[in-house]
Amino acid sequence: MEEKAAVLTGKHFWSGDIAVAEGGIAAGCRFFAGYPITPATEVAERMSERLPALENGVFIQMEDEIASMNALLGASWGGMKAMTSTSGPGFSLMMENLGLGIMLETPCVIANVQRGGPSTGLPTLVGQQDMMQARWGSHGDYEIIALCPNSPQECFDLTIQAFNFSEMYRVPVLLMTDEVVGHMYEKVIVPLEEDIELVTRPRPKPGANGYLPYAIDEESYIPPMGLAGEGFRLHVTGLTHDERGYPAVNAETQGIMVPRLVEKIKRNAPKIYMYEEDRMDDAEVVVLSFGCASRIAKWATFQLRERGRKVGFFRLITAWPFPEPRVRQIAEQVKGIVVVETNLGQMVREVERVVAGRCQVKLAPNAGGRVHETEEVTSLVEEILR
Amino acid sequence: MTVIQEATTHPKDTLLRVDRFPHIWCPTCGIGTAVSCFIDAIRATGIDEKQFAVVSGIGCTGRVAGYIRLDSFHTTHGRAIPFAVGLHLAKPDMKVIVFSGDGDISCIGGNHLIHTARRNMDITVICVNNFIYGMTGGQLAPTTPQTARTTTSPYGNFEYPMSLPHVVSACGATYVSRWTVLHIKRLTRAMKDAILHRGFSFVEVIAPCSTLCARKNRLGTGTNMLSYYHDHCEINHEANLADVGLDYQGKIVCGNFLTIEKPTFRDLLEENREEV
Repeated sequence: MEEKAAVLTGKHFWSGDIAVAEGGIAAGCRFFAGYPITPATEVAERMSERLPALENGVFIQMEDEIASMNALLGASWGGMKAMTSTSGPGFSLMMENLGLGIMLETPCVIANVQRGGPSTGLPTLVGQQDMMQARWGSHGDYEIIALCPNSPQECFDLTIQAFNFSEMYRVPVLLMTDEVVGHMYEKVIVPLEEDIELVTRPRPKPGANGYLPYAIDEESYIPPMGLAGEGFRLHVTGLTHDERGYPAVNAETQGIMVPRLVEKIKRNAPKIYMYEEDRMDDAEVVVLSFGCASRIAKWATFQLRERGRKVGFFRLITAWPFPEPRVRQIAEQVKGIVVVETNLGQMVREVERVVAGRCQVKLAPNAGGRVHETEEVTSLVEEILR
Repeated sequence: MTVIQEATTHPKDTLLRVDRFPHIWCPTCGIGTAVSCFIDAIRATGIDEKQFAVVSGIGCTGRVAGYIRLDSFHTTHGRAIPFAVGLHLAKPDMKVIVFSGDGDISCIGGNHLIHTARRNMDITVICVNNFIYGMTGGQLAPTTPQTARTTTSPYGNFEYPMSLPHVVSACGATYVSRWTVLHIKRLTRAMKDAILHRGFSFVEVIAPCSTLCARKNRLGTGTNMLSYYHDHCEINHEANLADVGLDYQGKIVCGNFLTIEKPTFRDLLEENREEV
């Protein structure tokens, strides 16, 4: 039976949510802990169907999102690739233990199929209002990786990428999808299993004597990860800790450990940045967008080009770390940037910070529950060109 | 002639992170005794030490993970149980033990406690109950007996306390026992049985907090607390768990209350997998 295979090589007609689940499985995820929430539930449903058929696959519906997040961390320290899916309110609940995952440097993937908020907001309707929560939602200083698919195909591909980043940098990775992308059905091409490149976390040498779980490797800044049950007698704590993993609650250790957590992502940011560009060469105005909003934004640039306007399209695939160098370059070349996002202004703040007055920045706002009208984008571009 | 030599190590050192000593617990605290019993229990199981993992939450008892020389995980407040569940499901051959305090397990972590008991997840929860939040300075806990004074119940507690053995047994735990830190042999035996038990096992350890709980209620020192245990404990393995609630300075019913054989979550998962 087809479903017994981990990688369903071939052409499929899948929703974004199904593609997220399949991407996870193709990436080697065999542990899913989650809690039902619209519009992310289909990810969990697909996992509940698929994982029990796979060797060592575990699906568990936890009592809440807090438990789900912690179960991922436990499973990851047990050596499994683990993921969960959620939406706004559940994402909020995960924040404390997302921080634990960052502090313990635990690979795992959290897919947030965004809906409109605040609070219960729009369970069945779209929003992209958790972008800043993704960046700053947990307490303390940290850097995170967040990817934004805009199609079911990308839901598949970027979930694999999310696992690879998470294993490579030992950090929880966020897949920031949204209701429109999650519920949209499109063709998804699943490659041959051997053509999928997978990364696994750095590991200490077997029987390594004097293994220090949080030693600083000057080159990569990412310590190898010993797992439970391997005889390392790990101590892993959410407290500020030294190289041994022992609590050391003082400014000196904090001053070494937290900058390392931040630096390991910052130093590698050029390898993490992903974006899509179209007709940028002669562009006078650039429309910048991501996720569901980017589909309208791209259509708007086509319309404008037909009218002879020199407009380029730039899509964030990596939202965090924000592709600062490229956006700064763009700002040097153009009159203005129009940011299209399904919120009242989140990523636009980052654009403004990076642009720092080099060109105009305008926001096409949208409170959620719908996608933009093309006109909302084109009118702002015309305003800048006028 | 007998030469008296000063010992530089203790037989339990190999299972302790002695390089972290001195520990943070107060003199007369009961947690150390619980840890000592736990080490004996681990040895008594005869299982390879590599096969154990200890998961803690936050608070005084939450620090246990940091002092035990096994794979140990010090997680967030109240969330040790779901972390342990994830670890157990990833490494089903390991013995995963949650070692945490009453505030952590029953209050903020209460939901995880009841649902993990309900699933008969094959982990062990050891809860040191000192009736108070110790680390934060002696505030009201769900286990604080009525009328007891804490820093957030300065006029006496008027809430009904939670009886942990009753709650977990009602939810589906398949091994439940309660002992005080005075019952060293019985407590050690109970911990060993709990670890070897297949299914959700729960050991409540009644322990003194003389720095905060006893002082606030003018109950004397740690020694006074142990005398109180001595005089007020009643061992009844057959006790009706609805009747083992603890009140202010009343009797403490101890015992190995419950041992049931029932398929665990993992058993049912594997059974389901065969059907798939």
